[in-house]
Amino acid sequence: MGVSVMFDPIKEVTEQLNKLRETAETKGIDLSREIRHLELKLDRLEKDIYGNMKPWDRVQLARNPKRPTTLDYIQHLFPDFMELHGDRHGYDDAAIVSGLATFEGVPVTIIGHQRGRNTKENMKRNFGMPHPEGYRKALRFMKQAEKFNRPILTFIDTKGAYPGKAAEERGQSEAIARNLFEMATLKVPIVSVVIGEGGSGGALGIGVCDRLLMLENSTYSVISPEGAAALLWKDAKQAERAAETMKITAQDLFNLGIVDEVVGEVYGGAHVDVSLQSSLLKPVLLQHMNELLAQSTSELIQGRATKYHQIGTINE
Amino acid sequence: MNEGEAMTAFFKKPKRYMPLRQREPKIDAPQGLMTKCPSCKYMHYTKQLNENHKVCDCGYHFPLQAQERVDMLVDEGSFERFAGPSVKANPLDFPDYEEKLTKDRERTGIEEAVVCGKATIDGLPLVVCVMDARFRMGSMGAYVGEAIASAVRNATSLGLPVVLFTASGGARMQEGMVSLMQMANTSIALKEHDEAGLLYIAYLTHPTTGGVSASFAMLGDLNVAEPGALIGFAGRRIIEQTIREKLPENFQTAEFLLESGQLDAVIHREQMRSFLKRMIELHDGGVRHV
Repeated sequence: MGVSVMFDPIKEVTEQLNKLRETAETKGIDLSREIRHLELKLDRLEKDIYGNMKPWDRVQLARNPKRPTTLDYIQHLFPDFMELHGDRHGYDDAAIVSGLATFEGVPVTIIGHQRGRNTKENMKRNFGMPHPEGYRKALRFMKQAEKFNRPILTFIDTKGAYPGKAAEERGQSEAIARNLFEMATLKVPIVSVVIGEGGSGGALGIGVCDRLLMLENSTYSVISPEGAAALLWKDAKQAERAAETMKITAQDLFNLGIVDEVVGEVYGGAHVDVSLQSSLLKPVLLQHMNELLAQSTSELIQGRATKYHQIGTINE
Repeated sequence: MNEGEAMTAFFKKPKRYMPLRQREPKIDAPQGLMTKCPSCKYMHYTKQLNENHKVCDCGYHFPLQAQERVDMLVDEGSFERFAGPSVKANPLDFPDYEEKLTKDRERTGIEEAVVCGKATIDGLPLVVCVMDARFRMGSMGAYVGEAIASAVRNATSLGLPVVLFTASGGARMQEGMVSLMQMANTSIALKEHDEAGLLYIAYLTHPTTGGVSASFAMLGDLNVAEPGALIGFAGRRIIEQTIREKLPENFQTAEFLLESGQLDAVIHREQMRSFLKRMIELHDGGVRHV
C-alpha cells in the first residue's frame, strides 16, 4: 500500500469540500446536501485509512519529501524570525538552522535540523544531516539563549548525524556528547518537537529537553527500521516488522513515557496543509513553554535530570 | 551408529570435496593453557600473558573482563561494588530479549555489561566503572546507563573522582529509544559531577562506538585510550558506503584519534595504574578545589 496513493483521496475530497463551501458562501446557493454528503464521505475515508495506520505507514509519512521542514514551521509560527549563522570556528553548517524570534511576545531561540525541499537544496543542506560544526553552532546559540534568559525551541528532523570521514576526524562523537552535557544544566526552558524523522544521536544532539513533543506521524528511533532489521535479523527487508518492534511512533513513545505530548496531524499528514498544521502545533508549544517559564531555575534543571533518570528505571 | 546406518554410510559415494588444509599447525595444548595473539599469531603461555597485563610483545592489548581490569587497577581488597540499579528488564517487550540476557549472565558470570564501585589506587579513593564487552557487546541499555549515572551521582555526593572504562558497541538495540535516552541520562549525571568541581577521566578501550562514544566516552576532563582501540561514532562500512571511498587502515583507531586531536593521550596498559594515580594526584585527589 503506497502512501502517496493512499492519501490522495482525502486530499481530493477535502479540496472538493472547500470549493463547495466557498461557492455556497460567495454565491449564496444552498449546497448543504452536497456538503453533508462530502463530509460523510471524508469522515468514512479518514476512518478507513487512519484506523489501519501501521507504524510502517507512519515511517513513510515521516519520510515524505513534501513533509514540512523546520523553516516551513518557522515561517508560519514565527513571522519575525531572524536567521543567524555560524559556529565561529570557520563553518556554517546549513543542516542546522538557528535564530531569534518572538513567540507570542516572548523572545525565543530557535534551533532545528533543516532538510532540503528539493535535490539542489538537499545538496546544500546535506539532507539535514549535520557535521560536528552543526552541533557546535547549535551549542553557541543555546549558550547565548541562556545568557539572555530566552527559552529554546528545537525542531528535530534528521536521519542522523552525518556518517563521513571528515565528520569523524573533526569529532562527531565529541560534538554530540558536548551538547548533551551542556544542555543538561542550561538555565532556560527547552522544548523539543520531532516534526519528521528523529534519527538517533544526531537527533538527541539538539534534543535534550524539558518537554518532548512529537507530531502524530513523526518517528524517533535509535536506528532506522532498515538498519535495525539488518542488525537484528540480518535482513533489511524486515524493516516493516522492525518499525513495529522497535517502538518508534509518537504514540508508542508516549506510552513508554519518553514523549510528553503527541500533536495531532492534519488529516492526510502534515504536508497536506502546513498552515493548519502550524496552528495545531502552536497552542501545544506555547502551553509547554509557558508552564516551564513559571518554574524556577532549580526546578527546571532538577526536573530535566529526573525526566531522563525515570525513563529506564522502575519508579520506587 | 547402528549396523544399518554403517552399511549405508559405507556404500555412499565418497565426498569429492578437497579437505581444507589448516593454516597453522595445530598445537596440542589443553584449553586455556596457551593463548594466541590475534595480531602477530604468537602463542603465549596464558599465565605469562596474564602477568604481562594481557598485552602481547607486539603491542596488541587483549580485551579484559571487567573484574580483571578492576583487579589490575585498584588496591587489593579495596573494591566495593555498588548494587545494580532497578530498571525495566525488557522495556519494549522485545521478543527473546530476556532469554538472551539470561544466557549472557550464565556465560559471563556478570549481571550486566558494566561493573561499578568505589575503590582506592595507592590509597587514593575514586569511583570506577568498567564496561565488559562480553555482555551483549557492551551495549548500553537502561541497566548500563542507570548504573553509570548512579555511580557518577554517588561520586558527586562523596566528592570523589570518576574513572570510567568504556567498551561498547553502542546502543542496546532491543531497548530502542530507552537506550538512546541513556546518553542523556549519563551526560546529565556527569554534568552535575563536573559542576561540583570533580575530576572525570574517560578511559576508552576496544571498542568504543555509537551512542557510548557520543556521550560519556567523550566527556572526560581527560579522554585517554588504550593502544589500537577502535573508537568512532559511525561504523566503518556505513561511512564507506556514504562517501564511496576506502578508508585508511588506521581509521578510527586510538592513534588516529590522537592525531586528529580527539584524545589527550594513548596509554599502554602497563602504565594504566601509574598514569591514573599521577593524574588523580595532580588534581589534588580529584576532589573539589576551592
